Amino acid sequence: MTLLSVEQLSVSLRDRHVLKNITFAVGTGECVGLLGPNGAGKTTLMRAALGLIPHEGSSSIASMDPAERARTAAWIPQTREIAWPVTVERLVMLGRIPYMAGGQRPKVDDHENVDAALAAMELDGLRNRTATRLSGGEQARVLIARALAQDTPLILADEPVAGLDPAHQISTMQKFAGLARAGRSVIVSAHDLGLAARHCTRLILLSGGSIAADGPPDEVLTIERMAEIFGVRAFFQDTEDGPVFQPLEVIQ
Amino acid sequence: MERLAIGMIAVALALFLAALTIGPAAIGPGESLRALIAGDAGPLTLVMREIRLPRAILAVMVGASLGLAGAAMQGYLRNPLAEPGLIGISGTAALGAVISIQTGLAASVALGLPAMALVGALVGVALVVALAGSRGSSLTMILAGIAISALAAALTSLVLNLSPNPFAANEIVFWMMGSIADRSMTHVWIALPFMALGWMILATLGRGLDALTLGEDAAGAMGIDLARLRLKLIVGTASVVGAATSVAGAIGFVGLVVPHILRPFVDAQPSRLLWASAMGGAIMVLAADIAVRLILPDRDLKLGVVTALVGAPLFLHLIYKTRRQLA
Repeated sequence: MTLLSVEQLSVSLRDRHVLKNITFAVGTGECVGLLGPNGAGKTTLMRAALGLIPHEGSSSIASMDPAERARTAAWIPQTREIAWPVTVERLVMLGRIPYMAGGQRPKVDDHENVDAALAAMELDGLRNRTATRLSGGEQARVLIARALAQDTPLILADEPVAGLDPAHQISTMQKFAGLARAGRSVIVSAHDLGLAARHCTRLILLSGGSIAADGPPDEVLTIERMAEIFGVRAFFQDTEDGPVFQPLEVIQ
Repeated sequence: MERLAIGMIAVALALFLAALTIGPAAIGPGESLRALIAGDAGPLTLVMREIRLPRAILAVMVGASLGLAGAAMQGYLRNPLAEPGLIGISGTAALGAVISIQTGLAASVALGLPAMALVGALVGVALVVALAGSRGSSLTMILAGIAISALAAALTSLVLNLSPNPFAANEIVFWMMGSIADRSMTHVWIALPFMALGWMILATLGRGLDALTLGEDAAGAMGIDLARLRLKLIVGTASVVGAATSVAGAIGFVGLVVPHILRPFVDAQPSRLLWASAMGGAIMVLAADIAVRLILPDRDLKLGVVTALVGAPLFLHLIYKTRRQLA
C-alpha cells in the first residue's frame, strides 16, 4: 500500500530552486534512507512532503487535513527541541495530542501507546526523569519514542543519529529498520552512508534539489556516485554485515 | 493538580475577603461584610459596594488577566522571559490614556480615560496583526511588539514633554504607575467584556502550547495550526492587557514572575500553567493591593510600584537559582 506519494514537488526560496520536480512513492514496510550532501534538499523535501512549508506539485500527506495528517505521519525534526523541563513520560505523551481534544485527559489507549513507545526505546527506567536533564543520546531516544507514541503508519526523521555515539547510532537505525519490518514505513535522512546502506531497504540520493538515484542500497551507492555527488574518494567493501563505506579524501 | 487548584482558590478567596475588609474607613471585618450583603442605603454599604468591592474585583480580574497572558506568551515563545507587554499593547493602551489626560478628555468625559486606552489597545493590536498576524513568525511578532512599544513610549514622552501645565504631567506620571484605587463598578463593567473574551480565547490555547514544547515544526506536524494559534494569542493577549491597562494603568512583573514561579508546580506543562497563572496573578495583585493599603495607608502608594518592587527581587532570585542549575 502506498503511504506517501510525492509528485512533481518543487520548493523555491527567494527565487532559488531548492527542490525541482521530485517524484517518488513510499509503500508499507519500506525503510527509506534519504542521502545527499549538505544543501541537497533532504530536510526541505521532508518538510514539504509533510506540508510544513509552501511548495508546488503534490504530496499525498501535505494535502490531507491537519488532523488526519497528524494520524498518518509523525515527524522528528533534527533540532532536538525540548522547551520545558517536563518528565520523559509527559514528553512522550505529547505524541498523543492528535488523538486528544483540548483539555481532555489521557485515556487507557493513550497510556498504552506511551508505555509501548517507552518500552520500544528502552526508556522505562527514565520515565520520571526530567527530559531536559538527560544526555543528548537519551534525549534523541525520548524524541523518537514521542513520535512512536503518535502511532502513525509513516515516520519521517531528520538525521536522527546525528550526534549519537556509535552504539546508539546502530541501535537507532536498527530500531527504524525493525519498525519497517513490523509494517510501518520510515524515511530517515542520514550522512553516514554505510549505516544507511546497511539498515535501509531503499536509498534515495538527492543532489542539487533533484533525485540522482533511487533504489536498493547496492545499486544507489557506487564509488562513481560517491565521487560525483559527494566529491570524495571512498573505501568500499561488501561484507557479510552489508556494505562498508569510509570516505578517505576530498577530490579536488 | 487538584490540590494546587484548591489551595490557590482558598488563598484567593481569603485575600479577596481581606481586600474587602481593609481600608481607611475603620470598620470591623464582620460589620463590613454584613453591610456589603445587607444592601441598605447606609454609608457603610456605599463604601463597601462602591469602593472596596470594585477594587477587589478589579484586582482579581487584572491579576488573572496578566498571569494568564504571561503564561500563554511564555508558552508560545518557549521563553521564560516573555511577558504580556511584549506585543506592545500595554504601551499603546497607556498612550491612549495619556492622550486623554493631556487633552482633558479624561476630566471632562466620564470614562474618557479607559475608553481612549481601549482605542489605543485596538490600534496597537491592528498594527501587530498587520505586521505578524497570519503569515509572520514568532520573531516578526516580537520585533513588531518591540517597534510598537518603542513608538508608543516615544509618543508618550512627547505628550509629557509638550504638556502645558505641570498638573497634567503629574497626573500622567502617577497614572502610569498603575493603580486600582478609587475605581467604580463601571470600570469593572467596561473591562469585563474584553477580558472575558480574552480569557476564553487564551484558555483554548493549551493543547497547541503543549505541542510547542517540541518546537514549531513538530507542533505543526501534530496538526497544530501555528498561524491561527499566533493570531489567537495576539488577539487574546491584546484583549486582556488592553482592558487591564485601561482600568489599572501599567502593572508590571505579574505576567513575567507568576508563570515562572508556578511552572515547577504544574510539572512545566504549558496547558496547566494557563489556569494556574491566572489564579496566581489574581493572588499576587490582591496581595499587592492589600499591601498598598497597609504599608503607607495615607500616602497613596501605587499598585504598580509594589508589584515591581516585589516582582523584581523575586525575579532576580529566580535568575540566580536558574544560573546555579545551569552551572
